[in-house]
Amino acid sequence: MADLGLYFRQNLRPWVAFAVLATLFVVFIAMHPRGLSVFVMTTWSNQGVALAFAAVGQMVVVVTGGLDLSIGAIMAITNSLASVVVNGSPLEVAFGVVLVILAGAACGLVNGLVVVYGRIQPIVATLASGAVFTGIALLIRPIPGGDIDEGLSDALTYEVFGTLPASLLFLLAVVIAIWWPYRRSIMGRAIYGIGSSADAAYMSGLNVGAAKISAYVLAGVFAAFGGLFLSLQTLSGDATIGFSYTLNSIAAVVIGGVALSGGSGLVFGAIVGAFVLRTISAMMFFSGLPPLAQPLIEGLVLLVAVSFGALRLIRTRNRLQILG
Amino acid sequence: MQDRTSVIVAGGCAVALVLIGSLFYPKFLSPTYLLQQLQIASFLGIVALGAMAVILLGHIDLSVPWTFTAAAIASTTVAGMGSEAWWGILAVPSGLVVGLLIGLLNGLGVAYLRLPSMIWTLGMNAVVLGICVLFTGGFNPQGLASPTMRFFAIEDSFGIIPNAVFLWAAVALAAGILLRRTAFGRYVYAIGNRERATYLSGVKTNRVLIGCFMIAGLCSAIAGMLLAGYANQAYQAMGEPYLLPGIAAVVLGGTSILGGRGTVLGTVVGVILISLIGSMLSVMQMPEAGRQIIYGLVIISMLLLYGRSQKAAA
Repeated sequence: MADLGLYFRQNLRPWVAFAVLATLFVVFIAMHPRGLSVFVMTTWSNQGVALAFAAVGQMVVVVTGGLDLSIGAIMAITNSLASVVVNGSPLEVAFGVVLVILAGAACGLVNGLVVVYGRIQPIVATLASGAVFTGIALLIRPIPGGDIDEGLSDALTYEVFGTLPASLLFLLAVVIAIWWPYRRSIMGRAIYGIGSSADAAYMSGLNVGAAKISAYVLAGVFAAFGGLFLSLQTLSGDATIGFSYTLNSIAAVVIGGVALSGGSGLVFGAIVGAFVLRTISAMMFFSGLPPLAQPLIEGLVLLVAVSFGALRLIRTRNRLQILG
Repeated sequence: MQDRTSVIVAGGCAVALVLIGSLFYPKFLSPTYLLQQLQIASFLGIVALGAMAVILLGHIDLSVPWTFTAAAIASTTVAGMGSEAWWGILAVPSGLVVGLLIGLLNGLGVAYLRLPSMIWTLGMNAVVLGICVLFTGGFNPQGLASPTMRFFAIEDSFGIIPNAVFLWAAVALAAGILLRRTAFGRYVYAIGNRERATYLSGVKTNRVLIGCFMIAGLCSAIAGMLLAGYANQAYQAMGEPYLLPGIAAVVLGGTSILGGRGTVLGTVVGVILISLIGSMLSVMQMPEAGRQIIYGLVIISMLLLYGRSQKAAA
């Protein structure tokens, strides 16, 4: 029991975010004309999964103390690529999916190499690489369109066993399959160490460069799953989807209690943060508010949500703790 | 020393770009063409000076796009209220007030709530977007540019030099004096290096933070009104294309994204380089895809030349 109490104290913010999400979800279901049904759950899940993948990818990089402004661009590139290669015979589809994920990993690898060996600040490096990725995405798919295997799309955007949204299971399966082993490896520990103190991590004999590169590669992989899922949802590719996903992924990790200064954060929090954002948007749709007022309310809710971060000031004993 | 390297390299690249371009298009060397480039660069130039004030602190302002747009909408709406002269006179001040107010709110959140500027200004951007959509009904706002806005945006002085260039130069000069010749400027660099030490030296760091965010809001507002004067109207999302290029220009000019190091001259040169690249690519009729790729590659390779952080701090 003591361990459980400690766990909650250390991971308070993701669980606060989860409580917020639960509340929002209940309100959303209450507002929804069709109430709680498998259909509503599936739609809700489908709306959140792509951003959740982006947020998980963003979180991995943020934990190292970096930031990936190319997350959206990697989603654009993989989304465009998927609309070219994920179709045809089952074997071709499988091959296409692998290719899409590898493309995401390759983009992440480029980011990692530029940040670690180029020694360029992550914000600027990924800002620039994001422009390159967006350009490549436009080369692959100059105008929205393309073709996606409908069987795969149906399998992942409807429900399984008639009850559970397949997209949510897909998200959890991918995250657990990739993140679980990684988090338990030395690399997975190293990224948290680097985020807390890169110097201390280096002095402890951790391979700082390799761990950082692995974080960017992982971010690319998760972004690729996000881009792939988007293409399954829309049955097409679009090279211009990127930028809003980048900004929303940052908002999602902050809402999910991941510290932008690095060193702490849970994948659970990132996913919760993404779904908080998407649930708010979905609620707007059914809220009966005038459509023109909805962006303002959405913005205000985002502002209030991130303001919860200021609550830590109450616990601060010394002003110096909060100054950089 | 590193400050000077970046200015020389970026400036050298800009000159080389013009010279190489002139081999294919001789008109590149004509004063008219070059002055026209400066006029187009002045929007980004003013945005970048504001962005730099915040980046020097080690923060970032992501509310540029809609501060820019909101000021443009406010000023053109006021100017279009009636035909009496005083509506035109009120136009620019109302845009400036909008910019200062958004900057103030940005600064309050970062200074007193201690929220990361990246996320707080992003939220502010969303709120201002919401207000603009609500106010305009989602359409392009009615209204027109006031005579003052048109004077700075489209008219020339001495028969050839666009007034926008003078305005950019004036803002740059003011920024240079503020950062280099006043105590406030010293505090900005000091906070960028270490806020804790600056605070312990007796500086009211929160006021400096708020001041810089207000400067950034003001610069975005000036640039927004300038573009509205150029187009003789405000339009939705008119500020979107200025956020990331603004940050890129500041960084290309040798300012550290972590704060504490950078010069106004560098930022001006960075802006000139970025807009020259853009204009060259459009003259070459490069498709959007190629433009993005070249643009990204240029930023990375320039930074590999001089923007690398010290090894230990990596």
